[in-house]
Amino acid sequence: MNNRKDKVVVAMSGGVDSSVAAALMVQEGYEVIGLTLQLYNNNHTKSRTRTCCAGQDIYDAKKVADKLDIPHYVLDYEEKFKSEVIDDFKNSYISGITPIPCVRCNERIKFRDLLQTARELGAKSLVTGHYVRQFESKNGVELHTATDKDKDQSYFLFATTCEQLRYLNFPLGDLSKTETRLIALKHGLPVAAKPDSQDICFVPDGDYARTLEMLQPNAGEPGNIVLEDRTIIGRHEGVIRFTVGQRRGLQVPWKEPLYVVKLDPGKKEVVVGPRSSLKKASAFLQNVNWLDPFAGEQAELHLNVKVRSNSPGVPAKIKPHLHNGAKILFEGSPGAVAPGQAAVFYKGSRLVGGGWICK
Amino acid sequence: MTRKLNTNRYLDYNASAPIRPNVISAMQEAMHLVGNPSSVHKHGREVSKSLAEARDILTETVGAKNSRVIFTSGGTESNNLALHGRKIGTTMVSDIEHDSVLFAADAQHRISVNLDGVVDLTRFEEIFSRRTSPSLISVMLANNETGVIQPLHEISSIAHHHGCLVHCDGVQALGKMDINMSDLGVDLLSLSAHKIGGPKGVGALIISDNVKIGPQLIGGGQEYSLRPGTENFISISGFAATLADIQAQAEEISRISTMRSNLENKLRKAFPDVEVFGRNSPRLINTTCVRMRGLPAETQVIALDLAGISVSAGSACSSGKVTTSHVLKAMGLSSAIANETIRISIGWGTTDDDIASATKAWIELQEKALLGDFLGEHQTT
Repeated sequence: MNNRKDKVVVAMSGGVDSSVAAALMVQEGYEVIGLTLQLYNNNHTKSRTRTCCAGQDIYDAKKVADKLDIPHYVLDYEEKFKSEVIDDFKNSYISGITPIPCVRCNERIKFRDLLQTARELGAKSLVTGHYVRQFESKNGVELHTATDKDKDQSYFLFATTCEQLRYLNFPLGDLSKTETRLIALKHGLPVAAKPDSQDICFVPDGDYARTLEMLQPNAGEPGNIVLEDRTIIGRHEGVIRFTVGQRRGLQVPWKEPLYVVKLDPGKKEVVVGPRSSLKKASAFLQNVNWLDPFAGEQAELHLNVKVRSNSPGVPAKIKPHLHNGAKILFEGSPGAVAPGQAAVFYKGSRLVGGGWICK
Repeated sequence: MTRKLNTNRYLDYNASAPIRPNVISAMQEAMHLVGNPSSVHKHGREVSKSLAEARDILTETVGAKNSRVIFTSGGTESNNLALHGRKIGTTMVSDIEHDSVLFAADAQHRISVNLDGVVDLTRFEEIFSRRTSPSLISVMLANNETGVIQPLHEISSIAHHHGCLVHCDGVQALGKMDINMSDLGVDLLSLSAHKIGGPKGVGALIISDNVKIGPQLIGGGQEYSLRPGTENFISISGFAATLADIQAQAEEISRISTMRSNLENKLRKAFPDVEVFGRNSPRLINTTCVRMRGLPAETQVIALDLAGISVSAGSACSSGKVTTSHVLKAMGLSSAIANETIRISIGWGTTDDDIASATKAWIELQEKALLGDFLGEHQTT
C-alpha cells in the first residue's frame, strides 16, 4: 500500500485532466512533483537552432502547480519527440499509412523516458490524467477501460508493458469528465473551464495536410483517383490528404458514395470503391503487446477487438503468431481497417493486448 | 501576498545574485531624489550629478579611458546595441557567446573553442586575410557556464592590426576579476549589475570615443543619443553602489575563491575522477562546471532543487526548461557528457554551510546515480 508522503511525479500537460490528477494526489497527501514536457514548437516563423519559449499549455501547467503549491519543472523533449513521434507520423503518412502518434508518444516518450526520470527523482509512481483504470490482481497488474465509456483512453495505452503499468497511476479512471471539471473548480484550478484538446497536439487546427507540408515540403504530390479496377476517375492533391475509409474530399461525382479503400504512394494513387469494398474479414498484426502474459501463449482467443478508439469493437478470433505477430478473424464488421491502425483486444473491461495492423 | 520562506541554498549566482544590503540602502536613498536628470532646475541637477558619479564609478572600475558609458536595461540590451549599432561590415563571434550575442550578431564568421573552453586563436590570421574579413569581433571576457576567461588582449591585438573593432561581453567577469578595458584593447564592453549583487534590469555599454555607433531606439538625446528615454536612475544608483561595495569588500574575492576550491576538493575527494570542465584554463573564481555520471543534467537540477540546493544546467530559460548546453558542445564534449553536466556558481552571500550542504547533496546524488538506486531500496531491504 502507498504510504502517505510517498513522492510521486505527475505528468502535467496544462490541460484540465492532468491538472486534476495532480490535485487529487496532493489531496491524498502525496509529495507531488509536476513535470511538463515541451514536445514541439509550433512557432516555425524563426528558424532558430534552440528555442526558449513557453507555450500556453506550459504556462497553464505552471499556474496549476503554483496553485497546488507543488514544485514544477519543464523538460525539453523536443528532439526526442521529433525523432520518436513526429518523424514516424510523417514517414507513415508519406508511405500511405495512417499513424496514431498518441500511442507512440505514450510508448516511447511518457512511459519510457519520462517514467525513467520519475524513477530517478525517487518517485514511487508516475501519475497521468488518462481515463483508464489499473488494478493489481492475483495474476499481476491489469489495465481496464475507464468507468466513463465516452472518455475511455485505454486504446492509446495498448503498447504499455506490464512493468510500466505497475509503476503508473491513473486517478481519473473512475471519474466522468463532469466530475473532473467539478474537482478542478473545487480546487480553484485556473484550467477548470479550459476546452478539451482536440486531435493531435502538434497538428494545429487538425490540419494534417498543412502540418505534413511543413514537415516535408512537396510531400503532397498530385496524382490520380482510381477505381479498384484502375479506371482513372479524377485527380487529387496528394495521397497524404487521404486515409483509408475516408469519404470526404474526393470531389468525384459518382453514382454511389465512394470511399478510400487503399493508398498507393508509389503510384501516387488514391484507390476508391463502394462501402462494401471496405469490409475486411481478417487482418495481420505485428509488434503485439500482451498485457495478459498468459494470453499470448494460447493458440486462439475469443476477444472483443477495437480498430479505433471510439468504436464499440467487434468480436473476433485472435491467433497469436511467432515474433509478436497475430492474425485476427473478425466476426462482425469492424469498419474501415487500414495499415498503421492499432487493433486492441478486450475481455470485458480488461485490455488484454493489442498490435499494429500491417495488412 | 505572502510567500513561504525559501529555504533552498542558493548556488546559482551566474544566473542572478542576491542583492547586497548596501545596494538596497543606496537605491532607497536614490528613490528620494525627485527630478528628471535632463531638467534644468535644481532637482534635475541633483539627479544629473548622481548619474555622472555613477558613470565615473563604472569607468574607473573597468579602466575605461576616453569612453562613454551608456546605461541600458542589462547585458542583453548592451550586446544588441553593440552589435546592431553598426550597420556596416561583417561580424565574427565565438561559439560560446550568450544567446544575446549569438542571435543578435547574425555572424558570418564563428570562432571555435578548444576542449579547455578557450577560443582558438590559430585560425584568426587566416580569417582576417579573407575578402570578407570581419569589421567587428565579439568575444566574452568570461564564460557564464564554465567561467573560463578568454584571451581578450591577444584577440584585440590581432583584430586591431586588421582594422577590426572588438566588442566584449563582460557581464560574467565584472566584479569577479580585474578588468582594464584599455589594457585589454576592448572597444565596446557590455556590463550588467545583477550577476554580482546589483538590481536586475540595469546594465551598461561602455564605448571607446573612437567608435561610432547608432541607437536602437528613437527618442530624446539621453545617453549621448544612443539610448533615449529617462534614465533608470534608481537602478543605476544601485549598479554604482554594487561596484563600490565590491571595492570595499577587499577580502571578498579570495573568500569566494577559497569556497570554490573547498567545493571542488570535496567532490574530488569523494570521486577522484570527477570532471570539472575548464579547470585547466584561467577561470572565474566562483564557477564550477561539473559532470555527474549516469544522470541527465535536467534530472540533477530537479533532484538537487528538491534536496534544497538551487543550481542550474546551461543558461537560464524563460520557461524553466532545462536544455543541453551549447557551450559544452562547442568545447567538443559529446552530447552524452554535456547532458550530464551542471553549473554551480557562488558569490558574495555564499557561506561555508552552503558549500557543505551542496557538496553533500551532490555526492549523495552521484552515489545513487552510480548504483542506479534512486528509491533507496538497498538500504531498506
